Amino acid sequence: MAVDDVSFEVRRGEIFGLVGPNGAGKTTTMECVEGLRAPDRGSIALLGVDPFRAGTALKVRIGVQLQEAQLQKRITVGEAVRFWGSLYRSPVDPAALLDQLGLRDKRNAWFMTLSGGQKQRLFIALALVNDPEVVFLDELTTGLDPQARRAIWELVRGIRDRGKTVVLTTHLMEEAERLCDRVAIIEHGRVIDVDTPRGLVARHCPERIVVVGTADTSARERFLAVPGVEAVDADGLSLTIRGRHPSLVTDVIQCVSRHGIVVTDFHTTLPSLEDVFLRLTGRSIRD
Amino acid sequence: MKGLWQLTWLEIKIFAREPLGLFGTIGIPVLVYLGIGRLLRSAARPASPEEAFLKTGLPVLAAMLMAISAVVSLVTIIAIYREGGILKRLRATPLHPATILTAHVLVKLLFTTVTLVLLVIAGRRYYAPDTPLEILRFGAALLFSTAGVLSIGFLIASVVPTARFAQPLAGVIFYPMMALSGLFFPVAVLPPWLRMAARVMPMTYAVSLLAGVWRGDSLSSHLWDIGVIALFGVGFTALSARFFRWE
Repeated sequence: MAVDDVSFEVRRGEIFGLVGPNGAGKTTTMECVEGLRAPDRGSIALLGVDPFRAGTALKVRIGVQLQEAQLQKRITVGEAVRFWGSLYRSPVDPAALLDQLGLRDKRNAWFMTLSGGQKQRLFIALALVNDPEVVFLDELTTGLDPQARRAIWELVRGIRDRGKTVVLTTHLMEEAERLCDRVAIIEHGRVIDVDTPRGLVARHCPERIVVVGTADTSARERFLAVPGVEAVDADGLSLTIRGRHPSLVTDVIQCVSRHGIVVTDFHTTLPSLEDVFLRLTGRSIRD
Repeated sequence: MKGLWQLTWLEIKIFAREPLGLFGTIGIPVLVYLGIGRLLRSAARPASPEEAFLKTGLPVLAAMLMAISAVVSLVTIIAIYREGGILKRLRATPLHPATILTAHVLVKLLFTTVTLVLLVIAGRRYYAPDTPLEILRFGAALLFSTAGVLSIGFLIASVVPTARFAQPLAGVIFYPMMALSGLFFPVAVLPPWLRMAARVMPMTYAVSLLAGVWRGDSLSSHLWDIGVIALFGVGFTALSARFFRWE
């Protein structure tokens, strides 16, 4: 069983992420919601109907990009967009769509000649060809270099900004954090928690971290004396100060100025979704 | 059947872009026909078995090669589409699976027709048949037989897991069928159990129909063959619709 006890709700007009390691059940969950797979039990409503039974009436309202999908090797980009559009009653203008996804110059190129990023942009184009209300994107930046990934994030934000709802899966915590309005953390086929990335961090990783660089040997003792500080770890000239009081950063700054500590570095580190995942599951997502 | 013509036209273009596939589909039957024909013609004396094969066996062999190459190619393409997730992706659209299969059948029948026309042109030049050949009738019989045999391809294509598995499987199924079909020796000389086997294979009826029409029989004198092929076609198509897998 890939998925057991998964419950979440997606709001209109948001980017919602199913986040978890490979094999957690993200794709299975997504395919059930898309109507490509029948759940053994439980209920799903997509735009108010059961996606597996709804048929064509629902299919014309959603757009789908599948993980690791291919197209015919020798289909051109233009042909693909026109053909997929022809399956719907009122497709968007193919030329405008290719412009929007930066594929205009590639419209006569065969699918097999495209780069990974271009292929993904084409699949996004195909998911948008029927001007859907809900767009599903499964691991859409996997295998892309950071630059192509950022370009795709911009496109996805653009989709949301045009009023569509985006549901995506990712195993990249950074992607979830930067792109998603809300995320569901999935592990071993279960949803562990659902919230905004910021909300999840505040709830599960409330600690604050301040890193101070100083040669002052008495600094460690002074920071430890600050109320709310739980630990100060020294690593060469760098002190990592931990605490969970909301005023930790202010308290450390005041301590520095009161004692005239000479600092060569000062920055704060906020816990990330990665830390939330570690906290919730006891293991790193990269394991 | 929304999207049928668009998909058919698209697949024709895509197929024509692959030189090797195009050569295998159109070139091989024509070359086999010309090559064996030339070889046999130099050896054949009047009323010898070689001459008999040259007269009817060879054209039917070429026809069956066309049908089999259509099936193998169909099975492979569907398997590749399944492996690549193209079928699964199409499932999320309003397109019906029958439309996908129908489009591919139309493509195969079109290329079969093109090959047949080339064969006729080549055959006219080298081996003018002594009796005027009803080429339209033969063409109709060939397209009908191909469609019938393609239905077995549907079934294989519906269940076969990967493309690598598809081609050998199609070969294992079709080459014995062809061997027993009466093309190389009459079904009557087979031992009884093989004769039984030959009788439950659509290929046997396709060969009987094609050879008969090539010799000048009317289609109506082969209603039995036509009926059996149609029955196989409907049966296998129904089974494949039942077992069709998207992924």
